[in-house]
Amino acid sequence: MGKTIAEKIFSSHSGRDVQAGDIVICELDFAMAQDGTAPLAIKAFDKMGKKEVFDGEKLAFFIDHNAPSPNKEVSSLHSLMRDFAKKQGIRLYDAGEGVCHQLVVEQGWVAAGDLVVGADSHTCTYGALNLFSTGVGSTDLAAVMASGKLWFRVPQSIKVSFEGELSTGVYAKDIALYLAGKIGARGAVYESIEFGGEVVQNLSVEARFTICNMAVEMGAKVGLIQGDEKTKKWLSEHSKKNFRFVEPDKDAQYKKVLEYEVSRLVPQVARPHTVDNVVSVEEVEGISIQQAFLGTCTNGRLEDLKIAASILKNRSIHPEVRFIVAPASRRIYLEAIKEGILKTLIEAGAVLVTPGCGCCVGTHNGVPSKGENVISTANRNFKGRMGNPDAFIYLASPATVAASAVEGKIADPRRYL
Amino acid sequence: MSQDKKVLQGKAHKFGHDINTDYIISGRYKFKTLDNEELARHLLEDLNPHFYEHLSPGDFIVAGENFGCGSSREQAPLAIKYARIGAVLAKSFARIFYRNALNVGLPIIQTDTENIEQGNELVVDLAKGKVFITKKNLSLAIKPFPSFVLDIIEAGGLTEYFKKYGGWKKNSV
Ligand code: SF4
Repeated sequence: MGKTIAEKIFSSHSGRDVQAGDIVICELDFAMAQDGTAPLAIKAFDKMGKKEVFDGEKLAFFIDHNAPSPNKEVSSLHSLMRDFAKKQGIRLYDAGEGVCHQLVVEQGWVAAGDLVVGADSHTCTYGALNLFSTGVGSTDLAAVMASGKLWFRVPQSIKVSFEGELSTGVYAKDIALYLAGKIGARGAVYESIEFGGEVVQNLSVEARFTICNMAVEMGAKVGLIQGDEKTKKWLSEHSKKNFRFVEPDKDAQYKKVLEYEVSRLVPQVARPHTVDNVVSVEEVEGISIQQAFLGTCTNGRLEDLKIAASILKNRSIHPEVRFIVAPASRRIYLEAIKEGILKTLIEAGAVLVTPGCGCCVGTHNGVPSKGENVISTANRNFKGRMGNPDAFIYLASPATVAASAVEGKIADPRRYL
Repeated sequence: MSQDKKVLQGKAHKFGHDINTDYIISGRYKFKTLDNEELARHLLEDLNPHFYEHLSPGDFIVAGENFGCGSSREQAPLAIKYARIGAVLAKSFARIFYRNALNVGLPIIQTDTENIEQGNELVVDLAKGKVFITKKNLSLAIKPFPSFVLDIIEAGGLTEYFKKYGGWKKNSV
């Protein structure tokens, strides 16, 4: 019987011929944790009675969720991470380097064909590079640090193709939101999604990260994309690792095959308080906003900043809006300075914050007030997500967020492009 | 879910579908502390500000589909466990939450929760694989765990499992 990409990667990493539903213990190629999950993982690792990690060179830590530290409790958790990393020979990316998921791909930690876990749910992002990567919790990560291995249930796969050509003002984020609206927050629980079709082939690798990043918002273990010339180029520019593309067999078994023609798709917006509460921008246009946020592992890359700058060039953001920008990494920050993108954004009125998670997770750097509406390029709009359960979060593409920042209300970006 | 606690008894606190980990324990708290008792006091407070105060030890959280979706924070099952919840019953669990719950020794039970109502007294018999709704005289079947997972549950979590076997148990899959 033919195999999916997931079945092939689990077969090669377990040393067995496996199929969906099998439980396997696999060797991992890389694992990571961030400052929200690493402290508990270190605690669990110690409790397991282990002294040394299996291989410090296959692990990395990131201080991005709460960085630089806003209070002494967080500071002591950061110190715990730094001490452990130093002792174990684990590379630690400290405050200001960027969001973990951007750094993992940008710094070349992973490559096609790999099996990877991360103690963060959006670890599913790297599947865009044709590898299986999924989120786990802290104790699972401790077990990985101790043994280099983890158990998995080989997932069933759903194949999703986007056909046609995206119109102006419509981006990868819009397709991801559209799909979340179609299949719902539990549309792919425990499954792997293989994304494909003409539209995905035409997207840049950066934009493919955006789509795979959102796979977990539909419950999926990972979002996977087949390798092509663009993937090859990206990998050779960012990673020294050897890689091999993994293709699904022609007769692979899928739980579901979904095909969407998206040529007529318009910009999409997820309304509060769930990611699958999605409508066309026309339906929410005019809703006033007090904060706009551009950044995160979903949409904080150079391409995203560029799109926002093209809309904000020679324009000012609305006087009653705070426009917060967090580049996803230091490298992106520098590139954006070089290309004059940040100048444009700052002149328009943007507040630049540290490369990292910024206000995405509600710890600092822009907690909205009671009753306020926020439009954000992030991947989650749960009640309380940005630190205030009485605020309302809308999710959209960088273009829609920039246009809305200009107008002070949710706006259709197509008027500006 | 150790051997001596095979029958659990308590009151149902009912929730809907897609209860995410931000609701279970907000990011506002999880970054601040490794103190689980403190986290427990904020359990589900964005959905119900006084939830913790209304709990008695051994009570159950009962939910619909996809319980625990969202982030990978292990503080979510920990906060539930330290709030002295007996078990979480749901139609289905999000996968990271499912793993985290097993790993930290929080009992989770997959069953059709449709007929359980807010405040119902429940008896969960793990050995028989049944949930009884006392008032309705109704019994629900519990979906069994794969045998590999039972080893983790029986050890009391993954940390204990690792201590017991010194790593992954040989020939377990
Ligand atoms: S940017 Fe937001 S979603 Fe991404 S890793 Fe950081 S907190 Fe998580």
